[in-house]
Amino acid sequence: MIEIKNLSKTFTTADGNVEALKNISLTINDGDIYGIIGMSGAGKSTLVRCINMLERPTEGKVIIDGKDMAALSQSELRNERRNITMIFQGFNLLMQKNCLRNVCFPLELSGVKKSDAVKRATELLEIVGLGDKLKAYPSQLSGGQQQRVAIARALATHPKILLCDEATSALDPQTTQSILSLIREIHDKLGITVIVITHQMSVVEQICSHVAILDNGEVAEEGLVSEVFSAPKSIAAKRLVFPDGYEKETEISGGENVIRVVFNGANATNKPLIAQMAVDEGITASILSASTKGIGDKAYGNIILGIPGGADELERAMKYLKAMPDIYVEEVKTDG
Amino acid sequence: MAEFFRSEAFQEAVEILKTEFPLATWETVYVTLLSTFFAIVIGLPLGVIVVAGDGGKILKIPETVLKVIDVIINILRSVPFLILMILVFPLTRLIVGTTVGTMASVVPLVIAAFPFVARLVEGSLREVNPAIIETAQSMGASPFQIITKVMLPESVPSLISNITIAITTILGFTAMSGVLGGGGLGKIAINYGYHRYKYLVMLFAVIFLVVLVQVFQSVGTHLAAKCDKRLKNRK
Repeated sequence: MIEIKNLSKTFTTADGNVEALKNISLTINDGDIYGIIGMSGAGKSTLVRCINMLERPTEGKVIIDGKDMAALSQSELRNERRNITMIFQGFNLLMQKNCLRNVCFPLELSGVKKSDAVKRATELLEIVGLGDKLKAYPSQLSGGQQQRVAIARALATHPKILLCDEATSALDPQTTQSILSLIREIHDKLGITVIVITHQMSVVEQICSHVAILDNGEVAEEGLVSEVFSAPKSIAAKRLVFPDGYEKETEISGGENVIRVVFNGANATNKPLIAQMAVDEGITASILSASTKGIGDKAYGNIILGIPGGADELERAMKYLKAMPDIYVEEVKTDG
Repeated sequence: MAEFFRSEAFQEAVEILKTEFPLATWETVYVTLLSTFFAIVIGLPLGVIVVAGDGGKILKIPETVLKVIDVIINILRSVPFLILMILVFPLTRLIVGTTVGTMASVVPLVIAAFPFVARLVEGSLREVNPAIIETAQSMGASPFQIITKVMLPESVPSLISNITIAITTILGFTAMSGVLGGGGLGKIAINYGYHRYKYLVMLFAVIFLVVLVQVFQSVGTHLAAKCDKRLKNRK
């Protein structure tokens, strides 16, 4: 279990102090695939670097399986880092060593016998589907293949935690899919805890069970992916989940009331909801924006409706929609 | 033209070429290589310390130590080689026993070359992608392992190119050392060309020096390219 308690990180620069992280508290359970999502500059990378102490937190603690990471000595920390491995956006392979030697590298660092290291590395490269590239150098491989080598390397020391720092951000959509499936497969097979740092919604949707949304150095929202994404509460979360809808609603000014209808499950999407409301309640809502997407096994949708008339119509519409199963309704404040 | 080849000056130069050049060339080569070797022995660790200690990221080295190394390198690099040779005469006498001769010139050559090598090594090591160093740290590499297993191996092609530059520069210095008692092709060029007006002999010596630089440079360039795995073509 990873417990992050009241963690803050402040960088001192020539222009003064920059608070990268402010009072972050998160608990990540063993075996989770935990997504940390946020815009660039939200502090995601700093947060993940605080977990293995590549960055020292200014305040607060990181406790992994009961061990306070900041209290470890240099050599204890180096040992602990073999349990918490990392893959990166830029793959960061040793360019002068072939795939096999790259995967052997962490084993070599920890003093494993060379023949054992080679055996383990060969197995891992087979697992990631590069059994035929043992002697190839990183420059001879595509980005996706290099990330596979990096994953094999990260698994070499039998880690309990795998940190993925924007691991798919430099890859094309198709390669991203295959790398994410590989991470998922490895997670399912080995039961390791995976922390995924990303700015891409699709990555979290596809593989994460839990998510924390980081905004401006603070946790805006966290919880199960299905809960956070179907009914985002914070502004940062809404902006991420409904990038189009959220931007649009800010443009609406006066005239009519605006509500957001969030629904999930096949039943809700199959019903002619808006038309039915017009028949039943006589409210002719206009659709200002709509989007649906599949998250996990379910379909989630989001519609922004403009309700003509006054407070009375608004109330009736809200009541009508709330009566539907699997539907969440909220009023969108447009003033101010 | 044929007359020129039969002239006394040419015949004499050829004679000197046959009798004195083989030894002089050998002296130049081994003084160059020996000096380069010692310059690397001293300069490489200094370059490593400067880069690894920078900002305390890899090695915790006091700021003042880094500053002192930096100043020493700058001072030694700013003294012209001939003057440096005279300055270190006492040290040369202490180590070699004399200030004249081929071996004696190794001492000032090393002192002139190691700060240069240190700067070249610094340049090579700074080219190593910091993200790769961070990755090694994330795997639990110790500072020593980062230096010996990441920084140095990753910069081998660049180090070879830079050491080739050092060799050609040191070769130039050995020729200069001929003015003040050093041996080799430089001595021949200066003794015959400057003191005895035998320009033809000097010209031969210069041609030999040019050929030596060409050879060292070609070998260095070839080696650097050959061992750079980044240049491997995709299969």
